[in-house]
Amino acid sequence: MNTNNQRITRRSVMAAGWASTLAAPALGQGANRPIRIGHVSPRTGPLAAFGEADAFVQEGILRAIGQGIRVGNRIHPVQILSRDSQSNPSRAAEVAAELILRDRVDLITAAAAPDTVNPVSDQAEVNEVPCITTNCPWQPYFFGRRGDPQRGFEWTWHFFWGLEDVIDAFLALWSGAETNKVVGGLFPNDADGNAWGDSRLGLPPALARNGYRLIDTGRFQPFSNDFTAQISAFKAANVQIVTGNLTPPDFATFWTQAGQQGFRPKIVTIGKALLFPSAVAALGERGHGLSTEIWWTPSHPFRSGLTGQTARELAAAYTQATGRPWTQPVGYQHALFEVAIDVLKRAERLEPRAILDAIRRTDYRSIIGPVRWGSGPVKNVAKTLLVAGQWKRRPNGAFDLVVTTNATAPEIPVGGQLELLD
Amino acid sequence: MDWVNTILQGVLLGGLYALFAAGLSLIFGVMRLVNVAHGDLIVLAAYLALVVTGTLGLDPLAALAVVVPLMALLGYLLQRLLLNRTLGDDLLPPLLVTFGLSVIIQNALLEIFSADSRRLQAGPLEVASLTLPGGLAVGVLPLLQFFLAVLVIAGLQLLFYRTPLGRAFRATSDDPAVARLMGLDNRHVFALAMALSLAVVAVAGVLLAVRSNFDPAIGPARLIFGFEAVIIGGLGSLWGTLVGGVLLGVAQSVGAKLDPGWQILAGHLLFLLVLAIRPEGLFPKVRG
Repeated sequence: MNTNNQRITRRSVMAAGWASTLAAPALGQGANRPIRIGHVSPRTGPLAAFGEADAFVQEGILRAIGQGIRVGNRIHPVQILSRDSQSNPSRAAEVAAELILRDRVDLITAAAAPDTVNPVSDQAEVNEVPCITTNCPWQPYFFGRRGDPQRGFEWTWHFFWGLEDVIDAFLALWSGAETNKVVGGLFPNDADGNAWGDSRLGLPPALARNGYRLIDTGRFQPFSNDFTAQISAFKAANVQIVTGNLTPPDFATFWTQAGQQGFRPKIVTIGKALLFPSAVAALGERGHGLSTEIWWTPSHPFRSGLTGQTARELAAAYTQATGRPWTQPVGYQHALFEVAIDVLKRAERLEPRAILDAIRRTDYRSIIGPVRWGSGPVKNVAKTLLVAGQWKRRPNGAFDLVVTTNATAPEIPVGGQLELLD
Repeated sequence: MDWVNTILQGVLLGGLYALFAAGLSLIFGVMRLVNVAHGDLIVLAAYLALVVTGTLGLDPLAALAVVVPLMALLGYLLQRLLLNRTLGDDLLPPLLVTFGLSVIIQNALLEIFSADSRRLQAGPLEVASLTLPGGLAVGVLPLLQFFLAVLVIAGLQLLFYRTPLGRAFRATSDDPAVARLMGLDNRHVFALAMALSLAVVAVAGVLLAVRSNFDPAIGPARLIFGFEAVIIGGLGSLWGTLVGGVLLGVAQSVGAKLDPGWQILAGHLLFLLVLAIRPEGLFPKVRG
C-alpha cells in the first residue's frame, strides 16, 4: 500500500511540477520552488484502518490543486510527502524529524490517535515548524503532551472534538430512551479508557449529574480474553445501558460473551470499537442497533472548499475508487489537507512565521464543518462537531450509520430514531 | 455461585490458551525451536478460514476440514524449506528467523486483507448457551472450544506415545544424532512436527476467529498466553500444557473477579510463581 501510494503521489507531483514549469513563462514568472507538506499517519500496524483513505484523499487533493497554489504573488507547485507511522510513536517521531530536518517541509500534518499525532507535534514544536493535526480527541493531544492551558503551544495546532463532546452526545442519545438509567462502564487501562473513566473529567461525574448510576468495575488490560467479571457485575446490578471505549477485538469478545452468558442490555454505546463499518459488519446480526459517536457521515451538510465535493460526493468517490464503504477518517483526512492548503494560500510568505500567522487566523468551512482556532477550550485546539447514532443492518448484511441525535450539533440532520436492542 | 461461574469460565478460557500453547509446546519439545511467529500463524489460519468460509460457503467448523490440512502442508514446507536451515546448536537463528516471519506475515495479511477487523460468522451458535442449575449460563462455543482442546491434546498424546511417528518424534527430540544413525531423516521428522503444530494452530485460529474480531496485527498479543501456558505446564509436556492453560485461565478470571485490573496481572503472577518455585514447570517432560 505504501509504495503504491508513494508512486501515485510522486507521479502526480511530477505532473504538477511539469505543468507549473510549462505554465510559468506564460505567467511571466520564474520557476518557483515547490511547497512541501509533510504528512504522517498510520498506514500499517493496529491503527492502519485510520490511514486507509490517505492515498485516495491525497490524490484528490493534488488533482484539485493542479499546477500549484498562489502564495504572495507567485504560483508554487505542491508536494505532499506522506510517511507511515506504523502505529508506533517512536517511528512517528523518527519520520517527522526526517521530514523536518532532511526534507525541510514547510508545514507538517499528522492524523489518527495520540500515538501518531503527539510525537509528530512534539517534533514540530521543538524544531519550530508549523504543524496541523486532527483525528485525536483534544485532551490526550493537549494533556498527553503536557500542555499548559495557560500558555498552550506555539507551533502546533489541532482540530477535533473532546471528551466533553462525547459525553454530551452519549447523554443526548440516551435521553429519549426508556431505561432504568443504570449504566455499565467498560474502560480499559489505556490512554482513552483512563480519560473516559476519569472520576473528575470523564464519564462518571457527568453521568452522576444527569441521574445515571454507573457500574464501573475498574480499569482492565486491553486484549483481555474474558469479560465474565464485568458481565456478572452488570447482570447483578440490572444494567440496561453499556458504554465505554474499547478496541474492536475487545468489544467483540465482550459482546459474544454477553450473549453467551445471558446479558441483554437495551443500549450499547461504545467509542472506538464501532467506528468502522467493517468492524460492525464483522459482528453480523449482533451488530444491529449498536450505537457510537459520529464525527462525520456522508449526510453532513458540508462541502470541500478545495474540490467543491459535498460530503456525500466524497464518500461516493471513495467507494467508487476503492470498492470499500466510506469511513469517518475519509472526511477528516480530506479536511486536514483542505485546512493546510487554505493556510498556505493565506500565508504572506513561504516562511514559518508567516505560515504560523495564517494558521492563527484560520476561519474555514471544510467538508467536516467549520475549523477556527481561537474559540477552543485551549489556545491550540479548534473543536469540531460531534453527534451520535446507531448502526442499522440492511437485509443484505451491509450496515448504515444513522444519526439519531443532533442535540449537540443541530446543523447535522437526524436520520432516524434510536431503537432499543432488547 | 458467582465464584463457581468465575472458575468455570476461567477453565473454559484455559481451553483456548491450551490450544494456543499445544503447537508451541510440540515443536519446542521435538526440535527446541521457539516459534515467535506462532501468534501470527494463528491469525493467518483465521484469515485462511475466512477465505474458505467465504468462497465455499462452509460454516466455520466445517471449514476446519480444509484449513487444517492446508496449514499442515504450509507447516511442512515452512520447516523443510526454511526453518530446518536455521536449526543448530545456537537457539538464536531460528528465533530471529521466526521473528522476521512474524513481521512478514503481519504485513502480507495487511496488504491482502487490509486493516479491517474481521470475524468468522457462526450464526446462532456464536451466542448459544446452556443454562446450568443455579442460574449459570455457559456458552456452547467456549464449551466446544474446551472439548476440542482436550481432544487435540489427547490426540497428540496418543500420537506421541502410541505410534511409530511419535517414537520418531521422541527419538529425534532425545538425541538427533543417534536418531539419524538409526535411519531417521531428521529434516523430515522436524517438518512433520511443524505440520502437526500448524494443524493445531489452524484449530486455534478458527476458534479465535469465531470468538472475537481479528485483524492482521493481533497475533503477538495472543502469543504471550501460549508461552505462559507452556512454561506453567512444563516444557514439552502435552497434558501439562492443558493444565497450564487452564491454570492461567482460572488465575485470570479469579484476578478479574477481585478487580478487573488484576486479570492479566494474576496470570503473569502465577507464571512468575511457577518459574520461581518450579522453573521446569509443573509437569516437566519425562525423559527416556
